[in-house]
Amino acid sequence: MQHTLIALVENKPGVLNRVASLFRRRNFNIDSLNVGQTEKPDISRMTIVVDSDSTDARHVEANLYKLVNVIDVQDVTGQPAVVRDLALIKVNAKLSQRAEIANLASIFRGRIVDVAAESVIVEITGTEDKIDSLTELLRPFGIIEMVRTGQVAMMRGNYAPVRHLPGAGSNGNHHEVLMN
Amino acid sequence: MELTGAEILWESLMREGVEVVFGIPGGASIPIFDAMLKYPIHHVLTRHEQGAAHMADGYARASGKVGVALATSGPGATNLVTGIATAMLDSTPVVFITGQVQSYLIGGDAFQEVDVTGITLPITKHNYLITQADQIAPAVCEAFYIARTGRPGPVLIDICKDAQIEKTEFVYPEKIELVGYKPPRTAPTHLLNKAAEMIHASKKPIILAGHGALISQAMDVIQQLARTTQTPVAMTLLGLGAMPASDPLSLGMMGMHGEAYCNLAIQNSDLIIALGMRFDDRVTGNLKTYAPHAKKIHIEIDPSEVDKNVAVDLPLIGDLKTVLSDLLPLIEEVHHDQWLEQIEEWRAESDSRDILYWPDDGKLYTAQVIHNIWEATQGNAVLVTGVGQHQMWAAQYYRFEKPYRFITSGGAGTMGFGVPAALGAWFADQQNEVWLVDGDGSFQMTQAELSTMVQEGANVKIAIMNNHFLGMVRQWQEFFYDSRYSGTPLTGPDFVKIAEAHGIPGRRITQREEIYPALEFAKNTRGPVLLNFIVEKEDAVYPMVPAGADLHAMIRRPVRQTEEIV
Ligand SMILES: Cc1ncc(C[n+]2csc(CCOP(=O)(O)OP(=O)(O)O)c2C)c(N)n1
Repeated sequence: MQHTLIALVENKPGVLNRVASLFRRRNFNIDSLNVGQTEKPDISRMTIVVDSDSTDARHVEANLYKLVNVIDVQDVTGQPAVVRDLALIKVNAKLSQRAEIANLASIFRGRIVDVAAESVIVEITGTEDKIDSLTELLRPFGIIEMVRTGQVAMMRGNYAPVRHLPGAGSNGNHHEVLMN
Repeated sequence: MELTGAEILWESLMREGVEVVFGIPGGASIPIFDAMLKYPIHHVLTRHEQGAAHMADGYARASGKVGVALATSGPGATNLVTGIATAMLDSTPVVFITGQVQSYLIGGDAFQEVDVTGITLPITKHNYLITQADQIAPAVCEAFYIARTGRPGPVLIDICKDAQIEKTEFVYPEKIELVGYKPPRTAPTHLLNKAAEMIHASKKPIILAGHGALISQAMDVIQQLARTTQTPVAMTLLGLGAMPASDPLSLGMMGMHGEAYCNLAIQNSDLIIALGMRFDDRVTGNLKTYAPHAKKIHIEIDPSEVDKNVAVDLPLIGDLKTVLSDLLPLIEEVHHDQWLEQIEEWRAESDSRDILYWPDDGKLYTAQVIHNIWEATQGNAVLVTGVGQHQMWAAQYYRFEKPYRFITSGGAGTMGFGVPAALGAWFADQQNEVWLVDGDGSFQMTQAELSTMVQEGANVKIAIMNNHFLGMVRQWQEFFYDSRYSGTPLTGPDFVKIAEAHGIPGRRITQREEIYPALEFAKNTRGPVLLNFIVEKEDAVYPMVPAGADLHAMIRRPVRQTEEIV
């Protein structure tokens, strides 16, 4: 099982290093980690996917709060959230195969973003499953290289994410810190 | 007014109320030392940066204030590392300030450049790399705040040499804005109610008090809870002093070398009220069989400690004193006479094995010596230790009536902590006698700071428990490795001559009747005194829970028959 956590962190040098160092030190198993900008220039957003069979998401959250630069941590696992991954997949493509590949990509709402003599690059955004399925279908053509961004996630509408430690972050009421 | 970065550093330290700093200068910190001369802060020149770190730590533990240590870049900073880790594992507030090469040289392997913020990342609560003078005041202000609040810990500020020299306007921040740092305060009412219910329902409750009890200054509320609910109090090594040892409800120390009756009480309890402690493996033994019948309430400021080692039924996250003060009005008086009687039975059985009752057999035993030091100081000394058997005997036999009097490296178990920490403690507390009970191994690790003690005229009494072994490791070898003493026999120098070489008096003690006169001599002599107690070489600390064994499966001190002694 996977758990998806979102951490809002101060956009300062070394913060990614602090988070990565924490995960290593505590022996947390991380499947993917994505860092990006937010609507506020001084805040970055991390999407952290942990292998929850070996790593307790609540421990990850509690430990993240020990870092002075971590502002808020949310758990969006199993919640009404939009979760997306982006992949670029370079596949062998002779002239005769291009149409078929383009077809496959479009079924998954992917598209071809580069065409060369012997290959094309397919771009696809979506859930992990969707990208996995397309990857499997493209494999027979011969995948030359591939990159995935790792998941990014956002809650839909007004739904509130789960906070295992409500109030532990700066957004909460500090008199409400509890664990259960 | 425009000041140099180095001046800003001292101005900032002054505003944080710093009176003394411990350290050694070097190329990358010369501007800081040069500016220091203008400020009334006392600098203690240590002989090694590890000493500076432990002094600042000992000062912090004894005073409750933030300690400060200073080192230069590269090897100066790396020499601090053991001391930083020691402070981290025991949650003590120390601010470490290191010089760094010029900012434009960073990353180029310049002379004495080491990535100090990188190295100390996992052993500090937070750290800073400062490249401009105007970052210094905010960093110092934040560092002191972070170090002493929440769960305290070490904070390091690495300051590039050009930032020390650069001039800028000095403004000390009026308030701190740390968006990601908000230590929790207290638990919500419905959880407090639940805690009260659990406490009222219990028949065999026990309180476990840890270092958090002292850090949060929660002694009085803990004692109030204990008395109102007739609940006995067991303490961790660093929690000693939370409850006076003479109080009938005190069970002394728990864990690997805890009192047998204390461990038995934990194992047989039906409710554990854990206060500012973290269920370290040295106090729980085998987790699978730990307090199997007990429900657990855990009051703790650091949420990452909850459910880390032991699953708890009710965590209350917050500052211990605040949470307990909010809880106490909900608590009714309850009695547990039967439970306490049961514990008294175990206690009597333990007492019968006590080494203090052994008749004089011509040998010195560390436990006896520490007991005599306790008597000679009326239990009022600040007692500092190294790490090993003598440390455990100190915890068992120096019966602490008051908090902040036992200065010892618990989480890290850092040998060599004693000499420098004792000097640091002396700077913090000159009202009470400061005694260092050290092992011959531990003492030799930081013996060089004896010279610092003399330079500072510190009134510290040093008692070396000289067993000519790395005793604690020898004990493990005796118990678990068929007495193969590999790497543990230790010949030391003549410590009395070492003392004399430093211009301080020393005495060698080999007989029981010499103990008191030697202690009196030390007490009546102004300044440092060194007492070299030649103790039994192969004595063992009992009881002992072997690492990973069940907490109740203790190796007990054999009951000694009188015949054996002759
Ligand atoms: C820096 C360091 N190195 C090694 C150890 C492992 N160790 C733990 S206790 C001990 C023996 C301590 O000997 P001594 O200071 O003479 O005290 P004793 O046990 O004899 O009382 C050792 C080597 C340690 N705790 N710290």
